Amino acid sequence: MTAAEPMDPTPHPAPSGSPSGGMGEPGSDGRFGDFGGRFVPEALVPACLELEEAFRRSWADPAFRSELDALLRNYAGRPSPLTEASNLSERLGVRVLLKRDELNHTGSHKINNVLGQALLTRRMGKRRLVAETGAGQHGVATATAAALFGFDCVVYMGEVDVERQALNVFRMNLLGTEVRPVASGSRTLKDAVNEAMRDWVSSVETTHFCLGSVMGPHPYPWMVRELQRVIGDEAIGQCRALLDGGVPDVVVACVGGGSNAAGIFSGFVDTGARLVGVQPEGGAAIGRGLPGVVHGSASMLLQDEHGQVSEAHSVSAGLDYPGVGPEHAHLSAVGRVEYPSVTDDEVLDAFGLLARTEGIIPALEPAHALAWVVREAGRSIPSGSSVVVNLCGRGDKDVAQVAALLAQRPPSP
Amino acid sequence: MTGALETHLRARRAEGAKLLVPYVTGGLSDDWTEVVAAVVSAGADAVEVGIPFSDPVMDGPTIQDASARALARGTTPGSILAQLSRFDAGVPLVAMTYYNLAYRMGDLRFARSLAAAGVAGAILPDLPLEESGQWEAEAAVAGVETVLLAAPVTPDDRLAAIAGRSRGFVYGVSRMGITGERASLSTSAGVMAARLKAVTDLPVLIGFGISTAAQAVEVCAEADGVVVASALLRALLDGGGPEEAAEFVGGFRAALDAG
Ligand SMILES: Cc1ncc(COP(=O)(O)O)c(C=O)c1O
Repeated sequence: MTAAEPMDPTPHPAPSGSPSGGMGEPGSDGRFGDFGGRFVPEALVPACLELEEAFRRSWADPAFRSELDALLRNYAGRPSPLTEASNLSERLGVRVLLKRDELNHTGSHKINNVLGQALLTRRMGKRRLVAETGAGQHGVATATAAALFGFDCVVYMGEVDVERQALNVFRMNLLGTEVRPVASGSRTLKDAVNEAMRDWVSSVETTHFCLGSVMGPHPYPWMVRELQRVIGDEAIGQCRALLDGGVPDVVVACVGGGSNAAGIFSGFVDTGARLVGVQPEGGAAIGRGLPGVVHGSASMLLQDEHGQVSEAHSVSAGLDYPGVGPEHAHLSAVGRVEYPSVTDDEVLDAFGLLARTEGIIPALEPAHALAWVVREAGRSIPSGSSVVVNLCGRGDKDVAQVAALLAQRPPSP
Repeated sequence: MTGALETHLRARRAEGAKLLVPYVTGGLSDDWTEVVAAVVSAGADAVEVGIPFSDPVMDGPTIQDASARALARGTTPGSILAQLSRFDAGVPLVAMTYYNLAYRMGDLRFARSLAAAGVAGAILPDLPLEESGQWEAEAAVAGVETVLLAAPVTPDDRLAAIAGRSRGFVYGVSRMGITGERASLSTSAGVMAARLKAVTDLPVLIGFGISTAAQAVEVCAEADGVVVASALLRALLDGGGPEEAAEFVGGFRAALDAG
């Protein structure tokens, strides 16, 4: 998919009472429709069951919820504001509201999930975290929580990403975490997940796998979405105060595994808002992928005709992943969420545009969401519409990489 | 109905033999089927044939390397099965791969293509009990025995369920971890074997990290046999061929026969 087909601009009706279409709890088998499940080696089944039980109990426990709320407020800096992007709005002819999760401690939405999982780790009596990271934001968030909670921590990161996100590697080291570069396969996020799972199989009795997105075996896709739903819950309240009628016309987020998108969508899925998850062109599992099973769940997956997983290609390390969270595959299948893609060039343009118009340097990941809005404003997003963009990360980590990319680019006419 | 794999392994066990099942990555080299033939003539009771997958999460560096090398040579499930269908190993073959390759082709089609190539059994380590029911049923229709794995952390009730549903043999994982050579045998290997023997009459084989003939003998004090993968593949990756593979497997055979 290179350009989004023209879309019917009328809002989608909310799905009627379907718990999965409405982003409720998956079935006991971890399924969202045809997707999800728990495709893990036998050695990991007891740990997945233990985690599911711990999460289910804690999530229903007011003491756990208030402990997490306090951490999110006093340590991570929530709630994040919803900012009226007036200059950009004027430029595009649509009203853009930015959900500012890039202002969280550590610079992205990843901390929301990690603080919840760190509390669960302590409840389960484990003292070591392993995690995968692509852009390094989830690795930094995990390293941060490990420092705060006094856990040992190892983060796996593909060699390609170690190079393009060197600043985050240094940050993790400063926080006392060991970063292990992964040299296998495409040497990016997919391979970091493989290596983290291999560590976990060998260490599961003492170690929690702090997965960074809505992927992996049940209960991760559900649990991580619930830990990220704070974004959507805050945003819908903020929209009530800012917008006539309280519901924006469009809610847009970037999709790698899909955790920031799942978090913000969960606040709006039962409204008439049009929901859009933007994928990188070289990692558009929904649209270019086929159903597949990898990393613990069934979902849409870039793969060849034999079922070998393909390498994704994206300017953004955080979205450079051939799969997507199973709930997104389901939301696409039932028609509730659209998953278009944008090109690296469109992303670099949007990155610069937000910096110049609003004085905010976004991460390359949410620059995908912005790029789609820039392309579609006045087209499939009618002029005058209100659009909430999940600005899930800040661009400090990307500045050196963008400088190098812009230097190679032919000057625009 | 008891399948060819289980029938053969039970018969060998009844003769008093300890069971020896080497693993060879399909498509690793031009002469990989000769490697299979060589390990059979050196005394293998069955051979596991790895169908390489791009993302083998249960495998350590040796099998990862072997899989990557085979894939880089253009190996596909179809190319491996085509070669096997022209070849009579003389003992049952068991395919080991990851579920996505079956899922992509369709469970029944994949199982039928294994059967058509003369493969008796299948091991899919990323299908635990809760996910493997459909595959097991389709495999049974095609006449393929699904070997299930048990792990040291598997509780007793699950262990019994795994042994009850496994076909061919039941595969006990020697330790918590991935495949790969180890200098010494984990104490969990013997415990795993004894726990499985207590709940099933199926042949009980132990694998993961069995690297030397002495370790194989040690674990066979409890187990009916062993699967040997990484240590053999290491010899092949280091430049060995059919002769070296036969010598390696022959060493295990002699040690197991001597007891
Ligand atoms: C800022 C930011 N956004 C998005 C992502 C992608 O993850 P997800 O799709 O789970 O939100 C990353 C991952 O590294 C990230 O750092």
